Amino acid sequence: MDIREIREMFPALDRKVYGKDLVYFDNAATSHRVQSVLDTWNRISIESNSNIHRAVHRLADEATQAYELARDSVKTFLNAAFREEIVFTSGTTSAVNLVAFSFGEAFVHEGDEVVVTEAEHHSNIVPWQLMCERKGALLRVLPVDDDGYLKMEELDGLLTERTRIVAVTHISNVLGIVNPIKDIIEKCHARNVPVLVDGAQGAVHCRVDVQDLDCDFYVFSGHKLYAATGTGVLYGKRKWLEVMPPYMGGGEMVGTVGFDKTTFAPLPLKFEAGTQNFASAATLKPAIDFINLLNDNNLIKENELIKDFLLAKLMSDERVRLYGVPRGTGEDKIPLFSFTVNGVHHEDLALILDKMGVAVRSGQMCAEPLMNRFDVTGMLRISLAPYNTMDEAEYFIKCLDKAINMLI
Amino acid sequence: MTLREAENAVIEEFSMYDEWLDKYEYLIELGKALKDYPESSKTDDRLIKGCQSRVWLDYEFRDGKIWFNADSDAIITKGIISLLIGIYSERTPQEILSSDFSVVEKIGLKENLSPTRANGLVSMIAKIRNIAECNL
Repeated sequence: MDIREIREMFPALDRKVYGKDLVYFDNAATSHRVQSVLDTWNRISIESNSNIHRAVHRLADEATQAYELARDSVKTFLNAAFREEIVFTSGTTSAVNLVAFSFGEAFVHEGDEVVVTEAEHHSNIVPWQLMCERKGALLRVLPVDDDGYLKMEELDGLLTERTRIVAVTHISNVLGIVNPIKDIIEKCHARNVPVLVDGAQGAVHCRVDVQDLDCDFYVFSGHKLYAATGTGVLYGKRKWLEVMPPYMGGGEMVGTVGFDKTTFAPLPLKFEAGTQNFASAATLKPAIDFINLLNDNNLIKENELIKDFLLAKLMSDERVRLYGVPRGTGEDKIPLFSFTVNGVHHEDLALILDKMGVAVRSGQMCAEPLMNRFDVTGMLRISLAPYNTMDEAEYFIKCLDKAINMLI
Repeated sequence: MTLREAENAVIEEFSMYDEWLDKYEYLIELGKALKDYPESSKTDDRLIKGCQSRVWLDYEFRDGKIWFNADSDAIITKGIISLLIGIYSERTPQEILSSDFSVVEKIGLKENLSPTRANGLVSMIAKIRNIAECNL
């Protein structure tokens, strides 16, 4: 398997922008969709468009099967112990909100504490903040050091008798460094504190085994993982999901409904209120099948070369300041590089790169506390997928140099 | 030069560039040429909301005319605000309000900028109009 073969599976990559070949380096925000994902979505939308879990007719049966097959696929992907531990959501954000609300309702009280890290995406900060405000709880923050690594030595001090949950990102969408989540989970569990892992980037770049990690919750999005947008997963240990109250009411999440009392459906439907985004959720299966293809030595080697090339180029450029600087061999760094250029505004660079055909991200990247930590108003970020080529990386480096020279 | 003539001059100037990178070069030059804006005037009430980059717009009302001064931390945005100031500064509030501000669409700025940037542009124009209205 090589990059060329992978690339052919993504029809979106053929397009041109402003007459130039598209170089898509914004994969950490949204990856492109593999052909099999598009085919699945189309097939269900055309042949099996029908509300799931309800009607007895053939179309409904097919749609339900495709949806539930995707759940099995996610279960295997995460190595979850039970399929009812897999709850479909509209994305990482809605999964975190679900846990923050339902776990908060059940277990967080006035004076309790919730711990997040400085490296979190807003989606793993604000839901906890809302819950803390509602409950009169306190949000505490584990900081990162100058290289972007979590200050692990401060974790123990942050965990108290009142800590009810710790929410930590597997890989920051800005720093691109794999956090030692297994270690964090172990330390938290030693104090009887459950852990939610934001896997929006982690599920894309790491092999995740929730049983080995022993995490209590693991959440991720489909749209960064080559699946359709509007899809997401909440993995939660059965023991938690069973005792957490529903997040939203209505649809197939009920057992029996009466005006005096309503009972709820068993897991996972208890947390899947309303008509689900079934055609999109079903694409998680072909997306995961595709990810399994990526576990190919030749391909991994090719992708690593590109990552190393970009890292070396950015690190050696005196005008560039990189955030999330890997230590040692760089194995804990994913192909995601956020940086600033001295004397140049990130947005100017992004605008010029866009006109050169290169799609990058600029701004605060939904991580304002991290921007403040590094005393910048924003950064430029490139994030690669296994379909990005060395030619594209070399072209980007040339374009970046040209853009900087235009602006300085 | 009347306001209409100033608008047409900008449209003509922009039409000379086919390539977007050349248009950006031009905006960058305009941005660099904008006169100094005092640090003490970079206050929140002069900050224009809706821009990814920060834009400050200040003015003086003198001799019946509005004299604009602006700054931005991003150079292309600074070029855009410079371009707007070049057209609308040193005009009476009535003159400013007589414009339909279609110049930004005619030079292709609005449609070719990213949505966040386009919002910023809309905010800049709204601020200029607002200042004119307040000084009628």
